[in-house]
Amino acid sequence: MSVTPLHAETKPAITSRAGRALSASLLTLSLTLALAFAVGPRDAHALTADEAYALSAGDNDARIATLQKLVAKGDPALPAFLDALAADTVKVAGNKAYIVYGDEVKDAATGAPAKLPDGAEDVVNNNRMSSEIEAALGAGKLLSKDVATRAEAIDSLSKAADESKLPLIDKALAAETDPKLKTLLKAVRAKAMLSSSDAGTRIAATKALAEDATPEARALLMERMADGSETDSAVKGSLQLALDKVNRKLAWGEYAGVLFTGISLGSILLLAALGLAITYGLMGVINMAHGELMMIGAYATFAVQNVFRNHFPGAFDWYIVLAVPASFLAAAAVGAVLERGVFRFLYGRPLETLLASWGVSLVLMQGVRSLFGAQNVQVENPAWMSGGSDILSNLTLPYNRLVIIAFAGVVLLAMTLLIAKTRMGLFVRSVTQNRPMASCMGVNTARVDTMAFSLGAGIAGLAGCALSQIGNVGPDLGQNYIVDSFMVVVLGGVGQIAGTVYAAMGLGLINKFLEGWAGAVLAKIMVLVIVVIFIQKRPQGLFAMKGRSAEA
Amino acid sequence: MSAVMTSSMPHLPAVTVPRSALGSKGWTAVAAAVITVLVLAPVLNLLVPEGSALHLSDYAVALIGKIMCYAICALAMDLIWGYTGILSLGHGLFFALGGYGMGMYLMRQIGRDGSYHSDLPDFMVFLDWKTVPWHWTFSESFIAQMILVVLVPGLLAFIFGFFAFRSRIKGVYFSIITQAMTFAAMLLFFRNETGFGGNNGFTDFKRILGIPIAQPSTRMVLFVLTGMTLIGFYLMARWLVNTKFGRVLQAIRDAENRVMFCGYNPLAYKLAIWTLSAVMCAIAGALYVPQVGIINPSEMSAASGIEIAIWAAVGGRASLIGPIIGAFFVNGAKSWFTQAFPEFWLYFLGALFILVTLYLPDGIVGGVKKLLNKNAEVKA
Repeated sequence: MSVTPLHAETKPAITSRAGRALSASLLTLSLTLALAFAVGPRDAHALTADEAYALSAGDNDARIATLQKLVAKGDPALPAFLDALAADTVKVAGNKAYIVYGDEVKDAATGAPAKLPDGAEDVVNNNRMSSEIEAALGAGKLLSKDVATRAEAIDSLSKAADESKLPLIDKALAAETDPKLKTLLKAVRAKAMLSSSDAGTRIAATKALAEDATPEARALLMERMADGSETDSAVKGSLQLALDKVNRKLAWGEYAGVLFTGISLGSILLLAALGLAITYGLMGVINMAHGELMMIGAYATFAVQNVFRNHFPGAFDWYIVLAVPASFLAAAAVGAVLERGVFRFLYGRPLETLLASWGVSLVLMQGVRSLFGAQNVQVENPAWMSGGSDILSNLTLPYNRLVIIAFAGVVLLAMTLLIAKTRMGLFVRSVTQNRPMASCMGVNTARVDTMAFSLGAGIAGLAGCALSQIGNVGPDLGQNYIVDSFMVVVLGGVGQIAGTVYAAMGLGLINKFLEGWAGAVLAKIMVLVIVVIFIQKRPQGLFAMKGRSAEA
Repeated sequence: MSAVMTSSMPHLPAVTVPRSALGSKGWTAVAAAVITVLVLAPVLNLLVPEGSALHLSDYAVALIGKIMCYAICALAMDLIWGYTGILSLGHGLFFALGGYGMGMYLMRQIGRDGSYHSDLPDFMVFLDWKTVPWHWTFSESFIAQMILVVLVPGLLAFIFGFFAFRSRIKGVYFSIITQAMTFAAMLLFFRNETGFGGNNGFTDFKRILGIPIAQPSTRMVLFVLTGMTLIGFYLMARWLVNTKFGRVLQAIRDAENRVMFCGYNPLAYKLAIWTLSAVMCAIAGALYVPQVGIINPSEMSAASGIEIAIWAAVGGRASLIGPIIGAFFVNGAKSWFTQAFPEFWLYFLGALFILVTLYLPDGIVGGVKKLLNKNAEVKA
C-alpha cells in the first residue's frame, strides 16, 4: 500500500515559477536580438568607440558605471549593443569593440562592417554584469506599450534592483497604468530603496513595504534582517516594525488559509465517512471495501470524462453533471451486489464482515487493475473548476475545492432529508431500531437492507467523484481514506450523522492546524494518537447513543 | 440488525474440558515435528547431494523458514482472537518491531562493509548523521538487542492494552484503533528522521554474531531455531489454554459480562494474553528478518495486519493447530500463485477471505472435523 498523506492530493504544477521566468526571459532575449540585428546597425551612431570599449572591457565596477551613465543619457544605440553583449557576441581587440555574428563582423560603435583583428578576446560577463545588462535592457522596455513586455521588464529589473535604478523606476511608475504592474513596480522600488546607502531612504522603504504587506514584501524584509548587512539601528528598528506589521496583516490570510484547507479536508473526510455512517453506523457492517467503492466512483467519473472527450468535446466542461449520477449508480450497483452476495449472511458478526469486506476490497482493486491498468489515470477538471479566486495577497481559494465543499454540503443535506423525511428513510430507521417489529409491521427488511447498503455505497461513489477532481485516480485510491473515514465515524459516534459531520470537520481542521506546526506526517500521526486517546476516554464517540440502542 | 448483533460468535466451540495437554497421538505428532525440523530438514538440505530427489533445496528451506515465522504470528493471533475474542489488526506492528530490533543489530554487524565504508549504517551516512541516534545505543550488542526485541513490543502492547481494556474498548472498536496505531507507526517509520532507514528499511545484511548470514549452515541454524520456537510456542499455547487462566479467557470470549458478574476482572486476563501475543509476534519478526534479509515499514501496513488474521481464520480459530495449517496453506498458495499467475493472486486471496468467512467459519480444521464427525455418525 502506498502511503500518500491525505493533503498531498494536489495536481502537479506544469512548470515551476522559476522555470517560466527563465523561459520568458530567454524568449525576450532572442526576440530582441533578432530585432537588434534587423535595425541595430543603422542607428548605432551615437555610441562612441570609447564608450563601447569601456562597456566591454575593464573591471566590472567601471563597466557598470559606464553602463549606468549611458542608460541615464538614454543613448538610442545602446540597446542593440547591450543585446549583443548579453548574447556573448562581443569581442574586443585593441581598444575597440566588435560585434561578431557568425562570419559577419561589425564595428560596435559605427555599425560598419569591419575585419576582426587577430588576438581578439571574448567579452566575459559575470552574473552581476549580466543582470546589470539585462536590467539596462529592461529599462527601455519598461516604457513599452505592451503590458507583457513591461511585465517582463519589471521582472528582470527586480533581479538587479538597487539605488541606481531608482530614477528609472520612478519614471516608469509615473507612466504605469496597469494596477497589477504598478504594485509590482512599487515592490521593485522598495527593494531598490532598501539597498540605498542613505538611511532615510531605507526607512522610507520599510514603511512602503509595511503598507504593501505581501508575502514578497515579508521575504524582502526578512532577507534584509537576516543577512546582517543592515547596521544602522534606526533602520533596524524600522525594519522590525515593518516586519511585525506585515506579519500581522498576513496572519489573517494565513489563518484563513489554514481554516480553508481544514474545511476542505473536512469536507472530503465527510464525503468519505457519510457512506460509512450508513453501512457501519446504521447497519453494523465493517466495510473495509468502502474505500474501493470510492475508487469505483472515481473510475466511473473517469469513464464519463472519456466518453465526453471522444464523443461530445463541445460539452466537455459539463461532463461532471453526468459523472455525479454515474459514479453514484456504479458504486451503488456494486454495493447492492455485495450486500446480496456477501454481507447479507454476516449481519451481526461485525468481525467477519471486516475480513470478508477486506477480501472484497482486494478483488475490486485487482479488478480495476485488470480493467484500467495499474497506473493512475488522468481526470481533468472542467474549465470552470480550475483556477481560483484571490481573496488576499496570500490567500487563493481554488475553485475545485470550493465546489467540493458545497458538494459535501448538498450530499449531507440530501442524505439527512432522505433518512429523516422519506418513507425509505423511515423504513431504514425502523429496521435499524427494531428489526423483528419492523418486519411484523410489513416492512420488507431484506430489501431495506439492500437499499440502505447501496445508498451508503453510492455516497462512497460520490466521494470518489469528488476526489477525482483534486487528486490522482488509481487502484489504491481508497486505501488512503479507509483508516481516516473509520476514524471519523468512530469519533463521531456510531449511528450519528451529526456526530460524523462534527468529527469530519474537527479532524480536518485539527489536522491542518497541526500540519502548519509540525509538518504533514507528524500531524497525521498526532491526529491518530489524539483519536485513539479520545476513544479511550469516550468509547462511544462524541455523540453517544442513549437508551436501549446504546448496548447493541 | 441490532437484535442479532448480541450473539457475537455463534460458531466457536464451547469451553473444552481440561485434560492433559496432549493425548498420546498428539505427543507422537509433536515428536515427529521435532525430528523433522531438527534432523530431517538439515540432513536433506545439507548432506543429501543436490541432484538427488530427496534433496531439500535452499529455496524450500528459505520458504518454509519464512512461513514458520508467519505461523508463529498466526498462533499468537489465535490466542488473542480465537481464544479471547479480541481481533487485533495491529499484530503487523509487533512483528515489524521485533524485526526492526533484530535488523538494527544486523545493520551494525555490517560494520565497514557497507557501500560508504563507514562505521554507521549506510542510510545514516546518506542522511549525513555523524553518530548513531539514541535509540541505537544498544544496537552493537546482540543480547541487549534481543532483550529489546521482547521488551519494546511487549511494553507498547502492555501500555496500549492497559488503556484500551481499562476503558472497555471491545470488538470492532478495538480492531479499528489497533489499526490506527499501526497506521500511525507506519507513517512514523516511513520518515527518514525516525532513524529506521525510511521506506527502504534495513537490508543487505552481511553477518550475524560474526558468522556470514547467507551461507547454508547459518540459514539451517536459523531454520531449526524458528522451527523449535514454533513447536515450543505451540506446546506453551496448548498448556495455556487448558489452565484455569486459559479457560477464563475462553469465558471472556463467549460472555464477558457474565465473567464480570462472576467476580473476575477481565482486564488482567486480557492484558496478559494480549501482551504475550504481541511478544510472540515480535519474536517471530526477529527470526524472520535474518532469514528474509529485509525489513521495511510495509510490514506494518493494514494489509499485513489483516493477513495475519486471515491465516488464523483459514486454518481455524480456537484450535491451535489450525492457524499453523492456515499460515502454511495461505503462504504456500501465495508463493505458488505469485510465480505461476501473479495477476490472480489477489483474486484468490480476496475470494479466500470471502469464502472462508461465509462457508468455513471454523476454518479448514473445523471443516475437516465436521466431515469426520458426520462420517462417524453415519457409521454409528
